[in-house]
Amino acid sequence: MNNVKKILKNKPLIVLIAASVAIALLNPRFLSWSNILTVLRQTSINAVIATGMTFAILIGGIDLSVGSVLGLCGAIAATMVSSGTNVVLAVLTVLVLGTAIGYFNGTLITAGGLQPFIATLGTVTLLRGAILVFTQGRPISTGNTAASEHFSEIGTGFLGPIPIPVYIMLLVFIVAYYILNHTRIGRYIYATGSNEEATMYSGIKTARVKRFVYAVSGMMAALAGILLTARLGSAQPTAGAGYELDAIAAVVLGGTSMAGGIGTIGGTAIGALIIGVLNNALNLMKVSSYYQDVAKGIVILIAVLLDRKQKSSR
Amino acid sequence: MKEIVVSMQHISKDFSGVKVLKDVSLNIYKGSVMALVGENGAGKSTLMKILTGVYLKTQGEIFLDNESVNFPDTRASQSKGIAIIHQELNLVKDLSIGENIFLGREPVSSGRIMWNKLHEDAGYWLGKLGLKEDPRELVKNISVGKQQLVEIAKALSIDAKVIIMDEPTGALTPAETDKLFDVIKDLKESGKSIVYISHRLHEIFEICDDVTVLRDGELIGEKSIESLDEDKIIEMMVGRKLSEQYPRIESEPGEEILKVENLSNQFVKEVSFSLKRGETLGVAGLMGSERTELMRSIYGIYPAKGSVYLNGEKVKINSPLDSLRYGIAYVTEDRKANGIITGMNVRENITLSSLELFKGPLGFISKGKEEISSKEYIEKMSIKTSGTKQQLRFLSGGNQQKVSIAKSLMTNPKILILDEPTRGVDVGAKKEIYDLINKFKSEGMSIIMVSSDIPEVLGISDRIMVMHEGRVSGFLNRDEATQESIMTLAVGKDVI
Repeated sequence: MNNVKKILKNKPLIVLIAASVAIALLNPRFLSWSNILTVLRQTSINAVIATGMTFAILIGGIDLSVGSVLGLCGAIAATMVSSGTNVVLAVLTVLVLGTAIGYFNGTLITAGGLQPFIATLGTVTLLRGAILVFTQGRPISTGNTAASEHFSEIGTGFLGPIPIPVYIMLLVFIVAYYILNHTRIGRYIYATGSNEEATMYSGIKTARVKRFVYAVSGMMAALAGILLTARLGSAQPTAGAGYELDAIAAVVLGGTSMAGGIGTIGGTAIGALIIGVLNNALNLMKVSSYYQDVAKGIVILIAVLLDRKQKSSR
Repeated sequence: MKEIVVSMQHISKDFSGVKVLKDVSLNIYKGSVMALVGENGAGKSTLMKILTGVYLKTQGEIFLDNESVNFPDTRASQSKGIAIIHQELNLVKDLSIGENIFLGREPVSSGRIMWNKLHEDAGYWLGKLGLKEDPRELVKNISVGKQQLVEIAKALSIDAKVIIMDEPTGALTPAETDKLFDVIKDLKESGKSIVYISHRLHEIFEICDDVTVLRDGELIGEKSIESLDEDKIIEMMVGRKLSEQYPRIESEPGEEILKVENLSNQFVKEVSFSLKRGETLGVAGLMGSERTELMRSIYGIYPAKGSVYLNGEKVKINSPLDSLRYGIAYVTEDRKANGIITGMNVRENITLSSLELFKGPLGFISKGKEEISSKEYIEKMSIKTSGTKQQLRFLSGGNQQKVSIAKSLMTNPKILILDEPTRGVDVGAKKEIYDLINKFKSEGMSIIMVSSDIPEVLGISDRIMVMHEGRVSGFLNRDEATQESIMTLAVGKDVI
């Protein structure tokens, strides 16, 4: 009984279930095994980015640079594997790069005293330029070396019946969940987001907490870049443009407060799934892509409004 | 016989059942300066907020030129010629002087602001105060003293008959203060009435004609300045008995544990003091004495020059983390801003400073240990909560304060700095906090207690340090300390 109540209180989950039921009634193919796997695989990239974004939003910040980090890291990964670099080395290099860019964002915000919005907006422009310089504006194929074969497995392969990106998404969720709920840094993230001054007075180096958070966000964006590039077999110079918005939408749909301090990884997972389901449904129903964004925007606004209404009326 | 402009008669004010003003009367005379004095919390600001329409009175009447008036909001009092200049000035720093003076009352012709007229008129009022500033200059570019005069110009421009000044000289240089006093004297000559709120008694003797003293929300008396001296005013401001509220216990302080030498920064000047093991040092002073800033400088929030010795060894504290590692914990006076995290629960708040105590496998927090330990503190400090998972916002002020103290206590400090530990706490909880202080003391902890509540300082401390404008103005041993001797040092009477 208690569990039922808990579920009923979880607005994002109800939105997800209601949307899924409605779509399944309209189009039974939605519930087919292969379609479910498609939804999960398509969701994985946004889910990974949104996990990093959850960290940033939990401390009351934001990371607009994730899409461009994804683009740059994807291009570098593609270049490395197409020249036959070992996949593990390529993946690690790119993850370190993404983490470093995130750490740089965190430093701009803490040491430089910039607003997170402005700092990461600046990084977006810088990285987008860097991508164009690096790719010369052309797509980079992952090539057909032995390394690229392995690399594409990350995006297209299966382990048993489940696509590999889905495992990666789940792993990211679990690790993030443990960090946020069971480690000191996780506690400090919530504390900093709730009341930074009180956290500092409690003897915590809040600047360190912030740099950690942006580093995580950068690393997640790099991981998403690997997933996307591996799936497509090439890195587009415009890859990732606008992805930060889907990630923010997923976080907010999941009930995380933009003011910081309140939110969960479970919520973000559900938020990402809502967006994934929605994209999938619009495709299944053959809605013109022009209308897709309109529909998506409307659903996001309704879901968020419902959530706020409930919170303010308590 | 002086002509009365404003007469507040038998004013009372309750805040949700708590009486903050009891049957207080205040007269403001034409062409005269009335000083309004009293300790922090005596009810001066509340009284002035009633006069300016910020608060509604519970009982009493206000007469303006012998007519009963009612001020439901600030606009109503302004339109009757009553202006207030707050301690923290209410100017828009990024607008010009002229725009500030006429904010909300800009001269308009067919929908367009007449900028030339606005600035000319502003210039006229500035000229009256002998201020030669260009009215087009932005307010942020002029000194605080001049900003004060801009506020006065604004008051004059709305044809104020009564101007209330709340601690106007707090941020002024001596030269600026002299200038302000000249202006006040001119205002008097031209028939304006001034209410002058200040802790600086020597200023009151310089420019005021009469003094009204409040204490604990009650009127102590109205006297002409000639009939008073500083000692008499201080006597009127304090003068109440110590009750059994303060259960201080005798103890034999041990060896010196902390020594602060010549600590200076933008707030404090050459502060030196020492603290013994098992001693409670009370720190008294008025607003602006920078007691809180001193404690925060020691705690590593504000950088400062000077030396701090712990057990005879020189230490460098650059952050609260350093300070906690050395065993110096600080419980803030502003609970909401930097003491507690209202969105987190009791357990998470209590353990925030000491999470390393609960290290489990893989660097995870051992929530079992954390739970046991926080329960222990809830019990030890008798924190009233439905459990460790209760969010802090649902606790009363006194219990929030105990959580804040528990958080510091869990770091196992040797020195505990309590900044206004009983502010916003009801009487019963106050007593509990005093009992805790005594308990810590008897366990050998050293305590520094900053408080604006003089009876509390007298009741709990073994020794008292009094501050005045960022400096230590004196130390008093328990047996020689009285409300008068503290107040004398706090107003800086001997340091002027």
